[in-house]
Amino acid sequence: MSGAIQSLSRAAAILRLLAGGERRLGLSEVATGLGLAKGTAHGILRTLQQEGFVEQDPDSGKYQLGAELLRLGQSYLDVHELRARALVWADDLARAAGETVYLGVLHQRGVLVVHHVFRPDDSRQVLEVGSMQPLHATALGKVLLAYDPVARGELGDGPWEAFTPRTVTEPAALDAQCALVRERGWADAVEETWEGVASVAALIQDRRRNPVGAVCVSGPVETVCEGGAVRPSLVASVRTAARAISRDLGAHRF
Amino acid sequence: MTASYIAAIDQGTTSSRCILFGADGRIVAVEQQEHAQIFPQPGWVEHDAAEIWTRVQAVVRGALEKAGLTREDIRAVGITNQRETTVLWDRHTGEPVHHAIVWQDTRTEALCRELGRNVGQDRFRRETGLPLASYFAGPKIRWLLDNVEGLRERAEAGDILFGTMDTWVIWNLTGGVDGGRHVTDVTNASRTLLMNLHTLEWDERIAESIGVPMAVLPEIRSSAEVYGEAVGVLAGVPVAAALGDQQAALFGQTCFDVGEAKSTYGTGTFLLLNTGERIVNSYHGLLTTVGYRIGDRPPVYALEGSIAVTGSLVQWLRDQLGIISTAAEIETLAGTVEDNGGAYFVPAFSGLFAPYWRSDARGVITGLTRYVTKGHLARAVLEATAWQTREVVDAMQKDSGVTLTALKVDGGMTSNNLLMQNIADVLDVPVERPYVAETTALGAAYAAGLAVGFWDGLDTLRANWHRAAEWTPRMDDATREREHRNWLKAVERTMGWIEQDDEQPQL
Ligand SMILES: Nc1ncnc2c1ncn2[C@@H]1O[C@H](COP(=O)(O)OP(=O)(O)OP(=O)(O)O)[C@@H](O)[C@H]1O
Ligand SMILES: [Mg+2]
Repeated sequence: MSGAIQSLSRAAAILRLLAGGERRLGLSEVATGLGLAKGTAHGILRTLQQEGFVEQDPDSGKYQLGAELLRLGQSYLDVHELRARALVWADDLARAAGETVYLGVLHQRGVLVVHHVFRPDDSRQVLEVGSMQPLHATALGKVLLAYDPVARGELGDGPWEAFTPRTVTEPAALDAQCALVRERGWADAVEETWEGVASVAALIQDRRRNPVGAVCVSGPVETVCEGGAVRPSLVASVRTAARAISRDLGAHRF
Repeated sequence: MTASYIAAIDQGTTSSRCILFGADGRIVAVEQQEHAQIFPQPGWVEHDAAEIWTRVQAVVRGALEKAGLTREDIRAVGITNQRETTVLWDRHTGEPVHHAIVWQDTRTEALCRELGRNVGQDRFRRETGLPLASYFAGPKIRWLLDNVEGLRERAEAGDILFGTMDTWVIWNLTGGVDGGRHVTDVTNASRTLLMNLHTLEWDERIAESIGVPMAVLPEIRSSAEVYGEAVGVLAGVPVAAALGDQQAALFGQTCFDVGEAKSTYGTGTFLLLNTGERIVNSYHGLLTTVGYRIGDRPPVYALEGSIAVTGSLVQWLRDQLGIISTAAEIETLAGTVEDNGGAYFVPAFSGLFAPYWRSDARGVITGLTRYVTKGHLARAVLEATAWQTREVVDAMQKDSGVTLTALKVDGGMTSNNLLMQNIADVLDVPVERPYVAETTALGAAYAAGLAVGFWDGLDTLRANWHRAAEWTPRMDDATREREHRNWLKAVERTMGWIEQDDEQPQL
């Protein structure tokens, strides 16, 4: 097979072998089964084991398929689980910032709001959980575009709808912004969705560092920005919250 | 340097936590440790009180470390605790004489029935506000005195002390065998079946009827006053509050006015309504209890509706049926369908509680057709929590005459949007969630802070309460009424399942 990477092909063969018939095989059985040197088979098995695709029985030393493989098939993070894990941190972020907090995930070609914490001023506010925001014109969306190739793929080639004069509508400009987001670790959108509204967002990752969503603070330009840019203290708060949520996603589920 | 933080110790059923709060009520650090659940036989649940004390010390140390604070930074410490869980110990050695008997433990059912004799479950209700049920501490003390060899003699000689978890933690915190204070607060005392609600003193006649010597009982104090000074990690810090967990949540939610209510959605659900200085007797299956007492101000009373099975039904779906893998996933499953598909789930796992009190009832799933999927069942599970809340709210309205205008919620299940919306829909009032989800610990911190003047009054605390989310009713009246009727029909189907009424509900 031209262009195939040999070690990957061998790893796939090992997984198929373990998936069939016996299920639990020793090192020499794997090696003879596939006509590999023991050392080669061992190296591949160890790598697969580190990734969780293969497990070794501590008593017999035999190998079997790992739990990670099962998880791969259903590996998206439940958004309600995400909300439950994020609750404390999102609350604290809203209080520290004195502004509204949203959690968003990629859904079709937009950002689905999965959690919303009111601005702590007890004014009348309506829960926006379940609503959609545009990918290209929000801080949440730009974080997803910067880190999740699927999101960028979904968005396509533009030009995209301009909600305000400041909305980025051209691919080149947006991709340049995404590069900056990756460099800085956060995204902003100042009056790009609504006039007078600014937001700043950071990435939430699961324990395998996959991008699962984003958290943002959103509010009036006058309070969120300072001299035309988002206040550094808000950026710091959002990034701290994103890290705390990511850390909690790494913990055991309950 | 001035001490500018308050510590709260939350000694819960599954874990102990220490949370440090700043002046604005924001959480500075949390440390948590679980303790062993001991199940010696079906229906029995015990904790090792010595282990709990070790865990409490560890979480206090851990929280201080995490926050980078020392005892000098802590102005006061407040205690909140799982209610009714009962421990007896030797005052000279500080050793528990037996594992603590946990509130869920049903070993005293027969004893409670016997104590009710021809009068029945309500024999002590007028004085104590409670029915005779295995839940409460008094009969648990009696069981220990009857079953631990030689204990009654030692108790009568004054060598044995009784405490709920507040008392146990405070006694140890203030020095244990070296001068530890043997006290409890009015809210915890109001869950023993031994305290007179009107006088806030132990009722000698009832203690004698139940078989509890007065010598083992702690002194009853306010919920917010300095009981003594801590030794150990918190040396010198005033121990300044104690509240049962549900009362602490009422306080943390700043339900200070008559007619304000909160509902805490955890393993079970507990709805408490502030009835002010009025002791409201319940004729609809609620409990009358002390809400809190600040210093020497008059006590504030509450009506309580206890729902045995709410979060634990979600756990049942996860652990026993395995159709979800985490509690939060129930919302995803329920989201796959539009409605309950005609299915209703009444989780009367150990009988029906408030407001029915039918021990002959058992759980049912009803309205099943070929059409019903696991998504519909997930809906029915969430709706069961909403309808049970509705029944308790209706009972409260009948007993107190108070009509609820909004419901303040907290606890683990409040992260479930669908459920919160459903509760707003069936109650037809807005449901509000505050910022600090840890209202239990916050309530204990508030009470301790008030006692030492860290906060100047209830208004300051009220100003700290902010709405983090609100769900407004969206169900039309006709749907609500139809669903309510169906729920009541389903409840009907649970009754009379156990033919011989040989089991009391486990409350
Ligand atoms: N998203 C959710 N949807 C439905 N139920 C949930 C959700 N998240 C948690 N739960 C349920 O909430 C309960 C946990 O809530 P919580 O942590 O408030 O418990 P608790 O009763 O206070 O515990 P403790 O006795 O230790 O103080 C569990 O029974 C769990 O099944
Ligand atoms: Mg609790």
